[in-house]
Amino acid sequence: MATIQDKIAALCPEAQFEQADVLQVTVPEAKWHDLAVALRHDADLAFDYLITIVGMDWQESMGCIYYMMSTSRGNETLAVKVIAAGTRKSPYLPSVFDVWAVATLYEREVYDFFGIIFVNNPDMRRLFLSIDWVGYPLRKDYDTDPKLNPISTESERQSDFTDTWTLEKGKLVKNEVRVFQPEDFVVNIGPQHPSTHGVLRFRTCIDGETIKKIDVYMGYIHRGIEKLMEGLTYPQCLPFLDRMDYFSAQNYHSGMCRLVERAAGIKISRRAEVIRVMMDELSRIASHCLFMGTFCMDLGATSMLFYTLRVREQILDIMEKTCGARMTFNYPCIGGVMQDLHPDFQKDVKALLEIIPANIKEYQKLFTGNVIAKERMVGVGLLSKEDAISYGVTGPSGRASGWSCDLRKIRPYSIYPELDFEEVLATEGDSMARFNVRLHEIEQSAKILEQLVDNIPEGEYCVKVPKVIKLPAGHWFEMTEGCRGVLGIYLESDGGTTPYRVKLAPPCLPLAGVVDHITEGMKIADLITIGGSLDYIIPDMDR
Amino acid sequence: MEVTTKSMPYDAWKDNEYIEKLVKELQDNGTNVIVGSLDKLINWGRSNSLWPLTFATSCCGIEFVSLGAARFDMARFGWEVARSSPRQADFMMVAGTIVNRMVPVFRRLYDQLAEPKYVIACGSCAISGGPFLKSYHVAKGIADIVPVDVYLPGCPPRPEAMIYAIMQLSRKIKVERFFGGVNRQEKQQEFLREHPVAGVND
Amino acid sequence: MFDFSVVTTWINQFLLDTCGMPQWLTTTIECVLIGVCLLLAYALLALFYIIYERKICAYIQCRVGPVRVGPWGLLQVFADMFKILIKELIHLQNIDKFLFALAPYLVIIASMLAFAVLPWGNGLQIIDFNIGIFFLIAVSSIGVLGILLAGWSSSNKFTLIGAMRSGAQMVSYELSIGLSILTMVCLAGTMSVGGIVSEQADLWFIFKGHIPAVIAFIVYLIAATAETNRGPFDLPEAESELTAGYHTEYSGIHFGFFYLAEYLNLFIVSGVASLMFLGGWMPLHIPGWEGFNHVMDYIPSIVWFLGKCFLLSYVIIWFKWTFPRIRIDNMLALEWKYLLPINLVNLVLMVLVIAFNLHF
Repeated sequence: MATIQDKIAALCPEAQFEQADVLQVTVPEAKWHDLAVALRHDADLAFDYLITIVGMDWQESMGCIYYMMSTSRGNETLAVKVIAAGTRKSPYLPSVFDVWAVATLYEREVYDFFGIIFVNNPDMRRLFLSIDWVGYPLRKDYDTDPKLNPISTESERQSDFTDTWTLEKGKLVKNEVRVFQPEDFVVNIGPQHPSTHGVLRFRTCIDGETIKKIDVYMGYIHRGIEKLMEGLTYPQCLPFLDRMDYFSAQNYHSGMCRLVERAAGIKISRRAEVIRVMMDELSRIASHCLFMGTFCMDLGATSMLFYTLRVREQILDIMEKTCGARMTFNYPCIGGVMQDLHPDFQKDVKALLEIIPANIKEYQKLFTGNVIAKERMVGVGLLSKEDAISYGVTGPSGRASGWSCDLRKIRPYSIYPELDFEEVLATEGDSMARFNVRLHEIEQSAKILEQLVDNIPEGEYCVKVPKVIKLPAGHWFEMTEGCRGVLGIYLESDGGTTPYRVKLAPPCLPLAGVVDHITEGMKIADLITIGGSLDYIIPDMDR
Repeated sequence: MEVTTKSMPYDAWKDNEYIEKLVKELQDNGTNVIVGSLDKLINWGRSNSLWPLTFATSCCGIEFVSLGAARFDMARFGWEVARSSPRQADFMMVAGTIVNRMVPVFRRLYDQLAEPKYVIACGSCAISGGPFLKSYHVAKGIADIVPVDVYLPGCPPRPEAMIYAIMQLSRKIKVERFFGGVNRQEKQQEFLREHPVAGVND
Repeated sequence: MFDFSVVTTWINQFLLDTCGMPQWLTTTIECVLIGVCLLLAYALLALFYIIYERKICAYIQCRVGPVRVGPWGLLQVFADMFKILIKELIHLQNIDKFLFALAPYLVIIASMLAFAVLPWGNGLQIIDFNIGIFFLIAVSSIGVLGILLAGWSSSNKFTLIGAMRSGAQMVSYELSIGLSILTMVCLAGTMSVGGIVSEQADLWFIFKGHIPAVIAFIVYLIAATAETNRGPFDLPEAESELTAGYHTEYSGIHFGFFYLAEYLNLFIVSGVASLMFLGGWMPLHIPGWEGFNHVMDYIPSIVWFLGKCFLLSYVIIWFKWTFPRIRIDNMLALEWKYLLPINLVNLVLMVLVIAFNLHF
């Protein structure tokens, strides 16, 4: 750690260091862009993966915390805090879109929520909220009066232009840039479209059947979870995690619980840890099963959905017996899990483990071995490892490009270090690889379950926690491996019972950001393949 | 008149008072034999052939997928012909949260459905905003945007509940009148008059 | 074997002699009668095919399919049809209203015309003229016009893409269909449908022409799947890509026409396949096995024909529920790079087989 600190101090003498759970550097706004370039490109630093940008409103000032990771140097993390320049009316920061590709999207998100303008960002539109939205909702002084932003049944205003801001002699200047040329043939795909998996919207410029450019619109299911959490106690925050990526409900939920437990200094029993890990892996299998089904359905092989859902139903039965719900389980709680395991749990899991290998064989025979499926998937939607890191594409999609990004391996949490499983990696980076990685991850998850099913230790399933959970003032950052990638959770507390700021950095947001990059020059049908193989969940990216 | 569907005893339904009220409304003015039996035939067709629009915004949509899968198999009732084009669908299962930005799109989808069209508000988000009630960007239920026929609570509702809801819808359709509609059509026209949309004249 | 021409001749005689009607009136009455029968057969077959596909698809997907309406769910399709009949026809603005309304009728007429030459049974054929099979190919290509018009006139980008796709697809695969039928016409030596069937009295063409016939059969089956816009070639309506493709904007009975025509085309291509390769209504005859042939003759010819059609349709439906959708460039490559050369070589092979009398 010391070397990084020295290195940064040498680059930027004004930097102040703070050792929280992640080393945090505070740098002045003027030096930030140069430092970012150095952080990214210096061989001793090489922070090539930007995890998230946390926009902050500290009332007296506004700014951002950039969380980044170095994939080449042992996955070290670093946080950089930058206070925005300018007035509260128009705060601004230099953009780092040229350093990390995903920053373009993250900066748009911060702009949308906080109104912080990123100078030189090529696309400074609102991301989630409509073009005419009044105010910046995550600011502490946001006016929630519904009269300002009434629900309208009239179509929202549409613009072919985007804004960029430049700094000229200390003054912000706004410029308009065309997204689509007037002669472009733009097809609107979504938000209501069977293969966008929800309400994502692509404005697609096509030339015949070939895609020239895609402009992604989000926010059709933006529910403002982060703002809602600021008004709720910690246990009350938890159910929202289930409703983001509803397939990773279990994983996200236990991730958040872990964060609060760490912050509050609660140590949970080993039994609870084991139960959580088993439930996580069960949901991972269920999630990947559904992925395979819907993906094949997008490709036109409808029957596959029914075969994969059969396994999923069996898993849901197991979950249901213990958790009482089929999808949004709300099972882990701060201090452990809500209920003890159902007596049938072990028997059911063993029955499930027995059928999984046969099913995987069946899927391979039915789908991956099919010549049409190969034609549709091999070489479609190539994503190189460098791009995957730069665009922040984590999870199975990132691993299909050869990026070892499985948090269970690289930054193991809970009881994962003790478990024997492999990180599934592929090098092709195409849709086929993304499909296969998920298929093999089912096997690995089954392997984990096999190790644990007979070794569930006795003990209490939930330790005693205070009735009212209060966290000390401070901030924490936790990453957890969902079914689709890394979920980063940033939590800032001012010492009360409710969080001061929660930032959820979902894995699906970068997945949507990379679509334009990898579909260029592909066919319309490939857009469906690529979208399906990336497997984004819209409520997860929109929150 | 006991309105029920195949192999469902009348007493097993939860809210028969509502249906009885509709039946009474239907029978109040009397009708002639030919129109009456024509109505019966049409209602038989409509109530047994409900094609859903593939529309889902969040979690409830996945339960709707499960409803189509082998375990719950909505094909048994003839609901499996899910149409992606609103022109060809009969009802819309509003599965998931409707947020401010989605409202115009959602309303347009509803307007694109061909008559007769029905709406099921599926899940607590669609009914009232659910857990996101206090959010700055969530519509407080869809009842202000489109006329709703059946409310289906749950977060998300189980597939069994969805079957029940669609059966309830089918039951409501059975007590409709093709001409002069006493219940649904009238109410819908009234609703559309109160909530007009530019460029659409129903 | 029962000859249906006995019935038709009797009706003709009855009208002419017993009722004493003039020739023109008799012909008119017969035309109307045939028209009614045709429409009835058309509607019933389409309905049957819809429930047939839904049941097969359910079976493949480990489900039970429609069971609630009527016995075994058989009335489900009637309910669907009633509903579609009285569903609202949406009038769109800014479209070519005439073409928009014309398109579904073109599609349905194309498939109905093809019915005219199909040999339903022994003597049960509406018209048998010397270029019957040529006529069939010609009229079935009108369908693509309807689809193109539907996509074009809807003034919607999705339908336009769907229509263009179907144009490219159907025109390409028409070639394969034509060539594989031509291969079999060489073997038959006639284009008359009746002639083709009676040529197969001793042995079906697929056995008679052995290798080239089997190749032609496989090529035909692939091309026919593409021609009917069914999976894996369902690009024009590719649900996950173009919502509903060329008929996105159609509602009510107009959509119903497209829906019915899709299933009827399935029947027609299976009918042509059974005519060209499996002997039409001709029972399975094996030269030398007199007893066996005699037993086979007891099964009515119409059962043979419909049975063969349903069996072939089953295979095509099976394709749809198994294979993923093919991509447009692969689809065109399949036709132009593989099927067409194979077909041409196969035609030469067939000619050689016939010239050297190598067939059975």
